[in-house]
Amino acid sequence: MDPTMLIGSITLFALSIFLGFELITKVPATLHTPLMSGANAISGISIVGALVGANVVYAGGDTLVSGILAFIAVVLAMINVVGGFAVTNRMLNMIAGKKRGGNR
Amino acid sequence: MINDEWVAIGYLFSAALFIFGLKNLSHPRTAPRGNQLGAMGMLVAVLTTVLQMELGEGIVGWALIGGGLLLGGAIGWIMAVRVEMTGMPELVALFNGFGGAASALVALSESWKYIENESLELPTGLEIQVVVVAAGLSALVGWMTLTGSLLAMLKLKGGVEIFGKWIRVPTWGPEWLNPIKALLFLGALVLIVLAIDDPTNTDYLYAIIGISCLLGILLVLPIGGADMPVVVSLLNSLSGIAAAFTGFIFSNSVLIVAGSLVGASGLILTFIMCKAMNRQLKDVLFKSFGGSDKEQVTRTKVGSDADEVAMMIDGAQKIIIVPGYGMAVSQCQHQVKEFADLVSEKFDTEVKYAIHPVAGRMPGHMNVLLAEANVPYEQLIEMSEINPEMPEADIALVIGANDTCNPAARTGEGPLAGMPIIDADAARTVVIIKRSLSVGYAGVDNDLFFMDKTMMLFGDGKKMMNELNSAVKEL
Repeated sequence: MDPTMLIGSITLFALSIFLGFELITKVPATLHTPLMSGANAISGISIVGALVGANVVYAGGDTLVSGILAFIAVVLAMINVVGGFAVTNRMLNMIAGKKRGGNR
Repeated sequence: MINDEWVAIGYLFSAALFIFGLKNLSHPRTAPRGNQLGAMGMLVAVLTTVLQMELGEGIVGWALIGGGLLLGGAIGWIMAVRVEMTGMPELVALFNGFGGAASALVALSESWKYIENESLELPTGLEIQVVVVAAGLSALVGWMTLTGSLLAMLKLKGGVEIFGKWIRVPTWGPEWLNPIKALLFLGALVLIVLAIDDPTNTDYLYAIIGISCLLGILLVLPIGGADMPVVVSLLNSLSGIAAAFTGFIFSNSVLIVAGSLVGASGLILTFIMCKAMNRQLKDVLFKSFGGSDKEQVTRTKVGSDADEVAMMIDGAQKIIIVPGYGMAVSQCQHQVKEFADLVSEKFDTEVKYAIHPVAGRMPGHMNVLLAEANVPYEQLIEMSEINPEMPEADIALVIGANDTCNPAARTGEGPLAGMPIIDADAARTVVIIKRSLSVGYAGVDNDLFFMDKTMMLFGDGKKMMNELNSAVKEL
């Protein structure tokens, strides 16, 4: 890793923080919980890190425990992602008062 | 062969979808689309990652990856579809805890790789510093989010059932605990710095995990139940930050962008929610109200019956319904709607609903339930707009609400101090449907129950609404 890469990551981090602050300004009370739940589903993005970690089995020695830990991370992150988006969808449907048959 | 440029473009696309998703989620009209955009962003991110691994070095852990995706997806889906409306806040807290734990586990997995396989060469120089610090911070925030969210979930439920016994989750946190929390936090940071020179030392690892778990519990333990939505929102922000730190381990752009977006917007949402409750975040977090020593109810009030109340309703021109958590628990929103239809047909009464921003256990809880019962949106009036109308109301019908219309909030003392309330006491007659005179979530006695113009209907919301409806029909 060279320093430019790290600086790049930090730049990305700082700008995203600023963007996040500006993105949401006024939210009606009705949407507080769905917004929280939807944002929560997005924070399940750690699934990406978990996937990379689960793709182990390196040459020259085993990394079984590490793989299992990453596997659990994949499962938990996936619950967070799928459950989060699905539950947000349900809340929004109810708020809209439109009861669509079935899910999705 | 997929090259890094295409991966970067895929992640950029995914990040853009997250940004538009969050933006759309904050407006009522576009919110459903916002949620779909977010889900699409996630799909793009996962597909990009899987393709990159398969077409790059090749996926060797298909069983782990495919199995994990399917298993987690199925569990999440079933939980989301099965949950009752009343249980949704708890579920969001639980999901949030899982998200934090996932980030922490990714960090742990990355560290453990080098611990269990000594032939793997540790990175050197700048890289090892970045990886250790990022993994350490990810663990610190992630484990904290997990234990904090689990405790918040239990607090939202009110307690746990252990061997058939209902145990209330305590609220405890004296002032002297705050410096200890700060010390623990600093201690964890010191351990992370120490770990740079000795990354495979498991003592550091366990100590950081232990401290983080403890911090999560200590953070949430002193906070009263009524403030729990704010805490869950803050924990949501933290789980985003944890994901962003995880991104630094792999220099992964989408992890960093999405994580910090959620971290920042979650924090803003937390402030917005605090404002709706007229609270300061630092008061919520660090000012404990010294436990939930419940005041003994020594006063009594004679209960009324449905017929008596129905007679009061006869001829009422304006009725304002004040729903609360009790309505959610007894699932009586359909009976409430039936009541409103009945009186507006029979007596030509004007019916409105007073919606407190934090009625129930999450903001918007009442809107969701009443919308389910097909109550017209125009009849749901926000607190600040309904309060001036209260003195004109013949009857304020309070259904299972307590803290949100407790005049004690106006006194400036106690756990409810400063919280805006619905002025139900301004109505000519107050009818309250409640199971008992006991204190509400915040643990404060409610003077409203004992006023002369108040009629109490003691019982389950659904049962009492049914009785009231048949009494009105018989008039």
